[in-house]
Amino acid sequence: MNWTSFDTWIVVVGALCAVACALPGCFLVLRKMSMMGDAISHAVLPGLAIAFLITGSRASIPMFLGAAIAGVLTALFTQWIARFGNVDRGAAMGIVFTTLFAIGLILIRQAADHVDLDPGCVLYGAIELTPLDTVGQTGIPLAALVNGGVLVANLLIILLLFKEFRMGAFDPALADTLGFSSQFLHYLLMTMVAITTVAAFESVGSIIVIAMLIVPPATALLLTRKLSWMLIIASATAVLSALLGHVAALTVPTWFGFESTTTSGMIAFAAGVLFTLAWLFSPTEGIAVKYWRSREEITLESSDKYPAE
Amino acid sequence: MANSTGLTIPETLETMHNESLQSQATFPPKQTEDRPEHPPEIPLAIHDLTVAYHRKPVLWDIELNIPEGKLVGIVGPNGAGKSTLLKACLDLIPKTSGWAHIYGKPYRKARHLVAYVPQRESVDWDFPVSALDVVAMGAYRRLGWFRRVSKEEKDRALESLEQVGIAHLADRQISQLSGGQQQRVFLARALMQDAELYLMDEPFAAVDAATEEAIVDLLRRLSEKGKTCLVVHHDLATVTTYFDWLVLLNMRVVADGPAGEIFTRENLQKTYGGKLNLLETAAEALRHSID
Repeated sequence: MNWTSFDTWIVVVGALCAVACALPGCFLVLRKMSMMGDAISHAVLPGLAIAFLITGSRASIPMFLGAAIAGVLTALFTQWIARFGNVDRGAAMGIVFTTLFAIGLILIRQAADHVDLDPGCVLYGAIELTPLDTVGQTGIPLAALVNGGVLVANLLIILLLFKEFRMGAFDPALADTLGFSSQFLHYLLMTMVAITTVAAFESVGSIIVIAMLIVPPATALLLTRKLSWMLIIASATAVLSALLGHVAALTVPTWFGFESTTTSGMIAFAAGVLFTLAWLFSPTEGIAVKYWRSREEITLESSDKYPAE
Repeated sequence: MANSTGLTIPETLETMHNESLQSQATFPPKQTEDRPEHPPEIPLAIHDLTVAYHRKPVLWDIELNIPEGKLVGIVGPNGAGKSTLLKACLDLIPKTSGWAHIYGKPYRKARHLVAYVPQRESVDWDFPVSALDVVAMGAYRRLGWFRRVSKEEKDRALESLEQVGIAHLADRQISQLSGGQQQRVFLARALMQDAELYLMDEPFAAVDAATEEAIVDLLRRLSEKGKTCLVVHHDLATVTTYFDWLVLLNMRVVADGPAGEIFTRENLQKTYGGKLNLLETAAEALRHSID
């Protein structure tokens, strides 16, 4: 394996993006709205396309605005359809995000086909190419700055509103009775997810976003029963996934005689492996650990029943 | 009553309502004007309150005046709108008509005067927070946005847990508590709010005897301090021992007033309609209360 500064930047971009996703992802998982991340990450596409059509450029600010609006609309439409159409939340989400995603695809094919807004790139991303696009003379990739900026913003919002987010996720009715609008907190979280998603789109693609919103928080929830630790462990898992993912993308295919493979896919896969490890070996929740404990108990019980003479 | 005479339900409710108007207790005089006053000394005054879900009325034309310092039981069959009544008072669900005033003010101006204990099943008890964290949430309105829970508020939260007898469980994650202990955490959180009016949705549902005793004890102490408690209650056998004021509810207010006067076989029949097995329970409960 030939590690260069390129590889370091790829890991840094991947890690920044993964942590930026994992932080709001913790609250999605706790609110049992994991699929909302999936829905929003697809449904921002028409927002991007329309922002592009209006401004005619891929400048970041209109893109973020378009995505944020599309993200909030996804959450709004889902709620309306669930309430007035009397269908369950999951179905409503499916209706909204597939429709919006389709509109986005049509808009891109019809109106913006001649430019570099490629649906394939949106899905898979091009994290391997991010170190090429640097800012001025600094040598820092643009993607690192964008994802880093979003990460800092997410971190600040969560630090400032930690108690509000926690109450809004645990007991929204209490939040409302105390005068903290649970609706406001909900849409703030949705906006964070939408903006995080777009930041990631430009560099790493949506596969990684969906994985990073859900898998590190779910892993952390297996390892701790404290929200602050959950955020920390989820972030650590995200960083580790980025590192292991890129290393695996470089090395694993060569064992079988192939060239290196896509880093985005491997990062998502590494997160899945870490989740499996936590699921098996978590000290409190791990099924392997539980299995060994129950075996021990059985031996203890049987030795109680038939005491040694 | 209802099914023996073959009355349809709306008619039954109509007669119930008329009768309930006649059998109103003396406190306080019913206001018949179109625009009633907002009596500021009354913890909870409800006028002309109607709530509907999907155009189906759940509460119909509720008139209530809850006197200060009373332990008030809200009793009625399943689907009678008991939880809905509490939620409508708290602006958690929209009112189709009418109002509910707390010490003469609408809820949004009286948040500091009210504490709400929701049904235990309304939240996810696997959520990663400790008992103390949940109790401290009762201080959030005092703190406002952005400010963290201070040392004093943490001490208060610990005191509140002490008052419900589980201070030693403060650092436990809430999924590791028994049902009764979880209920006590909710009560401690309400205490933390230091309110004048407490609205509690079935605090006695599926709790152990020790918790039941602790809750009753707590209600008594609150009442001695002049606080008013509205408690949705299911167990007819204990109604008259626990509460000194009653609201019998079945979509409408069937009767309200001092528990001793209101808890009669006739009123219970009106409240529970023709549900015969429930009537048996009620009769049993009456016998208990006479003994």
